[in-house]
Amino acid sequence: MRRLSIGLLLLFAFSQSPISYAQNLPGSGSIHGNFELSAQLYSDDSVIGAPKVDEKMRMNGYLNLLYTNGNFTAGIRYEAYLNPMLGYDQAYEGNGIPYRFASYKKDDLEVTVGNFYEQFGNGLLLRTYEDKTLGIDNSLDGIRLKFEPYRGITVKGLIGNQRYYWERTKGIVRGADAEINFNDLLTSLANSKTHIILGGSFVSKFQKDDPGSLYKLPENVGAYAGRMDLSRGKFRLSGEYAYKINDPSVLNNWIFKEGQALLIQSSYSQKGMGITLAVKRIDNMNYRTDRSVSGSPLTLSYLPPLTRQQSYSLATIYPYASQPNGEMGFYAEFVYKFKKGSLLGGKYGTDLNVNYSGVYNIDRQKVNATDSLGASGTLGYKSDFFKLGDEIYFKEFNTEITHKFNKRFKGIVSYLHQTYNIDVIEGHPGDPMVYANVAIADLTYMLSDSKALHAELQGLWTKQDKGDWAQLLLEYSIAPSWFVSVMDQYNYGNPDKAKQLHYYLGSFGYNKGANRIAFSWGRQRAGILCVGGVCRAVPASNGFQINITSSF
Amino acid sequence: MTNKTILVVLLALFAFTFSFAQETEKKAYLLPQADVKTLDGKAFNTKLLKNDGKPMIISFWALWCKPCIKELTTIADVYPDWVKETGVKLVAVSIDDARSTARVQPFVDSKDWEYQVLLDPNGDFKRALNVNMVPHTFVLNGKGEIVWQHTSFSEGAELELINIVRKVAKGEPIE
Repeated sequence: MRRLSIGLLLLFAFSQSPISYAQNLPGSGSIHGNFELSAQLYSDDSVIGAPKVDEKMRMNGYLNLLYTNGNFTAGIRYEAYLNPMLGYDQAYEGNGIPYRFASYKKDDLEVTVGNFYEQFGNGLLLRTYEDKTLGIDNSLDGIRLKFEPYRGITVKGLIGNQRYYWERTKGIVRGADAEINFNDLLTSLANSKTHIILGGSFVSKFQKDDPGSLYKLPENVGAYAGRMDLSRGKFRLSGEYAYKINDPSVLNNWIFKEGQALLIQSSYSQKGMGITLAVKRIDNMNYRTDRSVSGSPLTLSYLPPLTRQQSYSLATIYPYASQPNGEMGFYAEFVYKFKKGSLLGGKYGTDLNVNYSGVYNIDRQKVNATDSLGASGTLGYKSDFFKLGDEIYFKEFNTEITHKFNKRFKGIVSYLHQTYNIDVIEGHPGDPMVYANVAIADLTYMLSDSKALHAELQGLWTKQDKGDWAQLLLEYSIAPSWFVSVMDQYNYGNPDKAKQLHYYLGSFGYNKGANRIAFSWGRQRAGILCVGGVCRAVPASNGFQINITSSF
Repeated sequence: MTNKTILVVLLALFAFTFSFAQETEKKAYLLPQADVKTLDGKAFNTKLLKNDGKPMIISFWALWCKPCIKELTTIADVYPDWVKETGVKLVAVSIDDARSTARVQPFVDSKDWEYQVLLDPNGDFKRALNVNMVPHTFVLNGKGEIVWQHTSFSEGAELELINIVRKVAKGEPIE
């Protein structure tokens, strides 16, 4: 590993030498990358339950460098968590180079060695990706091949260990995926209005049996999936089915049941209108490289929640996350544009979005008379494929309207009704189901061509959990470079009077090209924050924070 | 740890000298290649992005990114004028993952955007272009080289964008 890093660095050194100083002469390479640093000075704030931070300041930072020369690409990433900021997985403490790769593409073959990210289909079997703001990085370290043996056919093969904080797992992951685009493959379909894509994948992970375990655990756990994507004119239908053999783990209570996942999505859309319908079923599909690990690391499968990803903070107080052990859900969305000049459209048009999602438990019955439901070492349960369980996990009804009133003033109004099983989703046994109503008004007023005032008023009303919230955000921006904002989230309805707190936050930032620096001070709830023209996922904290990003 | 320290120092030196080189030589670089998808799920390699020698805008966005949607909607209002004046083409690359990729086409159709929309569900193109956060917008010249980039969006920033595109269309230097 060290030799590879040093080799890459020597390559960079050569490309930096006076001979190849001009970065874009034909035949010479170029280096680009990005950089981000977040540092926070933590203030004690026992009122909001902020933990004491002994080192007073914590920081997350990384630097990516990519070297490209013709068909050859190499990359390296340095990460430092000294120490990881609150809300991030503290096991990342330290610094080093957890990511480096070299890749070569010639004709129809692409070879990558080192760390890589890959997704097969929708990710039901395999999705390795990174999301720095969430602290997710489950890259595989090994070899990946991509090959196009014939027009319309793509084949991928991979093998590797998986990143586990600053180490790699001993377990080995191997996988293969093939996809056929029939319209490219068969000349008879080249001009057809119907488009057909079929794909299939196989993934297998190897982990040695644990001699201390009560059970004889399977060492090679394989899973396979098939997918199809059909579209014709305005219609689209796609689906993927995945099956995994027995995979007892700490997360499914060591049962020997097989796992299945099904995802079907369909849509109809034309100019000015779109309808989406999706259904999903997951049954015992937690798939990781290490059967004893829980939390965010070492996942192989990605089981996408079908609920709408909300961006306003009070709408994300009760966010849904997929339950890998079992769930069934559906999603329906209708988007429509009332044309300019029409009654509801006004002068500029009005956009409407209505969506509804529901997620339930799966049906679970005892396998036989003697074994209790879900008991370790048994087959666990059996589940009727088409039957919904009797427990609601999540429901959300959401209407959003976007309208521009005149050249200077536009707004978005949104209403949500949420049903949130906080017991199951957040692991609060015994807590009652949360029913919440959320209303949002997002208004922008242009003071001049480049100066804008942006205000967000949000409210959340519920009789459960922490009670009602109100939020006010005011932001002033001078395009394209400056912004300043103040925000207060007030938990005025908390049943405990001592916890009726204000989460106030002031931010200020400057942006030039692809470089940005932002400062903020105050309290932050965990959630998604969109301020200063950028959206990110943010963990809970209090104090003074500086954030620097740069792309070069 | 000593080896790591040496590596860290070397990396920092390279990054520093590199970014210094950036200042002294405003560089244009060829758009990296990555495998993405079209709206109907078909594989598409970014080396196929062309606009007949005219400028291109590549803008990274996502359904959940409100400032991205504000940027693309604001540009959509004036896009026909921009195209008529400079011949520019805007390519909107959605970084929505498998959770939302199926909803991108109905959304784009309902908004009636005339852009070329691509899907980058696992972030391969985003990583190749070193994008940290969205919105992130690039301007390419007629040779397919990146000459300018910008992150974040506030209302009015599209005026700076079209000025850059105008200069690129005329072959003038940007500064």
